[in-house]
Amino acid sequence: MKSRFLRGMSHGIPICLGYLSVSFGFGILAVNKAGLSVFQASVISATNLTSAGQKAGLDVIAAGGAIIEMILLQLTINIRYSLMALSLSQKLDRYFTTPHRLLASYGITDEIFAVCSAQKEPLTPAYMYGMIFISAAGWITGTALGAAAGELLPASVSMAMEIVLYGMFIAIVIPPAKKQHGVLFAAVIAAALSVMFRYALPVISEGFAIIISAIAASMLAALIFPVKDGEEGAAQ
Amino acid sequence: MSLAVYIAVMAGVTYLIRMIPFTFFRKKIKSRFFRSFLYYIPYAVLSAMTIPAIFYTTHNMWTAAAGTAVALLLAFFEMPLIVVALAASGAAFLLSLFM
Repeated sequence: MKSRFLRGMSHGIPICLGYLSVSFGFGILAVNKAGLSVFQASVISATNLTSAGQKAGLDVIAAGGAIIEMILLQLTINIRYSLMALSLSQKLDRYFTTPHRLLASYGITDEIFAVCSAQKEPLTPAYMYGMIFISAAGWITGTALGAAAGELLPASVSMAMEIVLYGMFIAIVIPPAKKQHGVLFAAVIAAALSVMFRYALPVISEGFAIIISAIAASMLAALIFPVKDGEEGAAQ
Repeated sequence: MSLAVYIAVMAGVTYLIRMIPFTFFRKKIKSRFFRSFLYYIPYAVLSAMTIPAIFYTTHNMWTAAAGTAVALLLAFFEMPLIVVALAASGAAFLLSLFM
C-alpha cells in the first residue's frame, strides 16, 4: 500500500514540476485579471485542478458572467476528462471500489491520465493517490506563489508572466496539429470564429464566444475528418 | 454574484465530469461522429481561448506578439510544455525592456 503510494508520487514528480511553473502563471492572472486574493486563487486551484477550465473560469468571474455561462464553459472545456475517465475506468485494479473511484476521479488531469494510461499493470488506488497528491501539491503551491508574486513582483515581470498559460496551450495544440489535418482544421476554425466574435459580435460574452467557436469547429472537424478507431488514445 | 458561488459551480461541474464516467460508466462510446467531436474539442477550446486573447496579455500588443511567435516556433519543434510557456513569457519580458 505504502510503496504503491510512493511509486505514484515518484511518477508524479515531473508533473509536479510542470504544474508549479504553469500554475504560477494562473496565480498571477487570478490577481491581475480577476482581482482575487492569494487564498481565493489557491482555493480555485485546490478544488478544480485543471488549467484551461480555471483560466476560463477567471474570465467569467472577471466579467461578472452568468452562472449558466460558467456551467456551459466548464462542461465544454473539461468534457475531455470524461473520455479520459472512461478510458482509465477500463484498467482499474479490483481494489478500486466505488469510494476510491469517487476520490480518485478528482485527480484526472491530462498529465495524470497520460502517465496512468502508460502503466502496464492495473491501476491501484494508492498509486493514483500518490500521483494526484504530489501533482496537486505542485499545482496549489505554484498558484499561491504566483498570486503572491503578482502582488510583489515588478509590473514588467508579472505582465510578462500573464502569457505563460497561453504559451502552454499553444504547446499542446501545435504538435498534433502538425500531424493531423483534423486537429489543425479544428484549431484554425475555432481561432477564426473566436476572432470574429471578438470584433464583429462583441455583444456575445467571451465565455459563450469560446463555447460556440469550439463546438462549431469540432463538429465541422468531426464531419470532415472523423477519427479512426484507437486514434484518440494514440494522440493523448 | 458572489465569488464563492462561482468557485463552487466551477469545482462541482469539473468534478462531476470526471467522477460520473470514472465511477459509473463501463461501456465504450460507439458513435464515430461523437468520438471525433470529443477528440477535437480540447484543441478547439484551447485555440479559441488563446486567439485573440493572447494578444491582450502583457498589456502591450507588440510584446504579446513576440511571446506568441516564440511559443509557436518552439511548439512547432515540439519542445516541452514548460519550455514553450516560459520562453513565451521571457520573450515578452525581454522585448518590454526595449519599449
